[in-house]
Amino acid sequence: MPLVDVSALDKRYERAGLWHARRTTHAVRDVTFSIESGETFGLVGESGSGKTTTGRCLLRLIEPTAGRVRFNGEDVLGLDRHALRRLRRQMQMVFQDPYTSLNPRHRIATIVEEPLDIHRVGTPTWRHARATELLELVGLDRAALGRYPHEFSGGQRQRIGIARALALEPSFIVADEPVSALDVSVQAQIVNLLADLQQQLSLTYLFISHDLRLVRHICTRVAVMYRGRIVELAPVEALFGTPQHPYTRALLSAVPVPDPDVPPQRIEFDPSSVDLDAPLREIAPGHSARV
Amino acid sequence: MSLLSVRHLTTAFPAGDRWLPAVQDVSFDIARGETLALVGESGSGKSLTAYSLLRLVPPPGRIIGGDIILDGQNLMDLAEAEMEKVRGARISLIFQEPMSALNPVRTIGSQLTEAMTVHGLGGADPKAAAIALLGTVRMDDPARRFDEYPHQLSGGLRQRALIALALCCRPSLIVADEPTTALDVTIQAEILNLLRQLKHEFGLSLLLITHDLGVVAHTADRVAVMYAGRIVEEAPVRRLFKSPAHPYTQALLRAMPGSTHSARRLSPIEGHVPALQELPPGCAFAPRCQWVHEACVGETTDLYPVDAAHTSRCVLVREAQRLAADQAQGPSHS
Repeated sequence: MPLVDVSALDKRYERAGLWHARRTTHAVRDVTFSIESGETFGLVGESGSGKTTTGRCLLRLIEPTAGRVRFNGEDVLGLDRHALRRLRRQMQMVFQDPYTSLNPRHRIATIVEEPLDIHRVGTPTWRHARATELLELVGLDRAALGRYPHEFSGGQRQRIGIARALALEPSFIVADEPVSALDVSVQAQIVNLLADLQQQLSLTYLFISHDLRLVRHICTRVAVMYRGRIVELAPVEALFGTPQHPYTRALLSAVPVPDPDVPPQRIEFDPSSVDLDAPLREIAPGHSARV
Repeated sequence: MSLLSVRHLTTAFPAGDRWLPAVQDVSFDIARGETLALVGESGSGKSLTAYSLLRLVPPPGRIIGGDIILDGQNLMDLAEAEMEKVRGARISLIFQEPMSALNPVRTIGSQLTEAMTVHGLGGADPKAAAIALLGTVRMDDPARRFDEYPHQLSGGLRQRALIALALCCRPSLIVADEPTTALDVTIQAEILNLLRQLKHEFGLSLLLITHDLGVVAHTADRVAVMYAGRIVEEAPVRRLFKSPAHPYTQALLRAMPGSTHSARRLSPIEGHVPALQELPPGCAFAPRCQWVHEACVGETTDLYPVDAAHTSRCVLVREAQRLAADQAQGPSHS
């Protein structure tokens, strides 16, 4: 049984018009995928493709309009508040911007212990000990506990964000562009940290990113989103080696290659050339596309 | 002769009773029709270098030394009123976020025709000239875009509008500060392609400021890598990628995803870029460098020639040159 099983997920936003008729924005349409325990599943796409909305719907940070999400077999969308709260201990989120996702007025100890306080786990002394342990786990010194977010670099703040996400010992983490705001040299530190933690703590990741070079490096399987839909889903080697959907091909061809001897070979994508409503069809084992 | 020649440029910010240089002793040349990429991570001083060229350093920062020679004229000698005539007309700037550089309440067309009129260009029919310019930057249906407002355009089209605005006075140099960083990868590829085409069409010189070495590979002729306010390596683009001669450049190339194929692990550079107040004496990269030795700490560094077109601010390069020179001199010296 997969750890996360998403089926026909749909999210629409209604906008009441003052001068015009009611408008519907279809942010996520008919999104189906599953994530096996221990894997790093990549969700890629350009801005507005629906990847972030999808990630948030899984944790019900956004309520989906329709569809089904199962976590460990349990129906996430059917849970009441109390049950959802219990389940959230298992599913955590790491955000993109380590500058805005940490409360600037709180000390690091408060930030890292917050999930433990909210879920009333352990005694205050135990929580403090746990916070120290978490900081060491992400490669920070315990002296950090008494300091404020602005005293840390972007990479260190992202480590703090990860420590907070790990506080409740989750099994599943949605990482939404976790290294996009960081410099290349620091980005590599955080990516390696995420990989080490995955091994150590048997974590499963949903890795949301616009950076295809990075996704190729760290993901086991990848889904490509375009205008709210998954247009292609495949094991990482197959997606980069034998992309099937014209949009995937165009996207991959646009990634700049850091080698002056490999000339760019752009493939243009014409949205009118494809039927976006075509069903996801399996082309090879585990590899499907809307073609 | 170079179109632009920057010599010993130093831009600093006040800190108590002293000035902390955020750009230190930066020198480079750009030939006509050439693209130089200035590459670095945040805090490297690359953007500040660009703003210094236009003498647009945000206060309390100041250029405290150096010369900026454009077409034989030292811009540091110009009065502010004269400098204003240089900006836009001879050097223009393309920003990262086009929305902040365009006026949101005026149409693309009126902004273009105004820019032309101010500089006495556009001829009898500025509207036709503006529409032609929108065609030059490969906008679809330029006549319709002329009447549209910035918010009606996508990010990619806005960046094209900004490029049209930058081109309208036919400058000889365009400074592009992270021109594609805010864009999606497919749009980025289009804009880079457009910049390459325009460079050939108009014989433009381009100073491309970026943190992404991937963007540099097919856009730049030469690359200067900055670290902690200084240029640490400069080389023709192919040379920089194939045989980088500064440990920082080498580490930066290794840190990029896709550069190694060892499964899942990347090669980070440990530590972080030092803040201005805590710059170590000697090589600024020494605390993070895997090749660091005694000579790196405390000794002032210089750009040492690797060959005629390639320099590196690494004492190891200097030592290697000395060793080679000694060997060439043969046994008479030993």
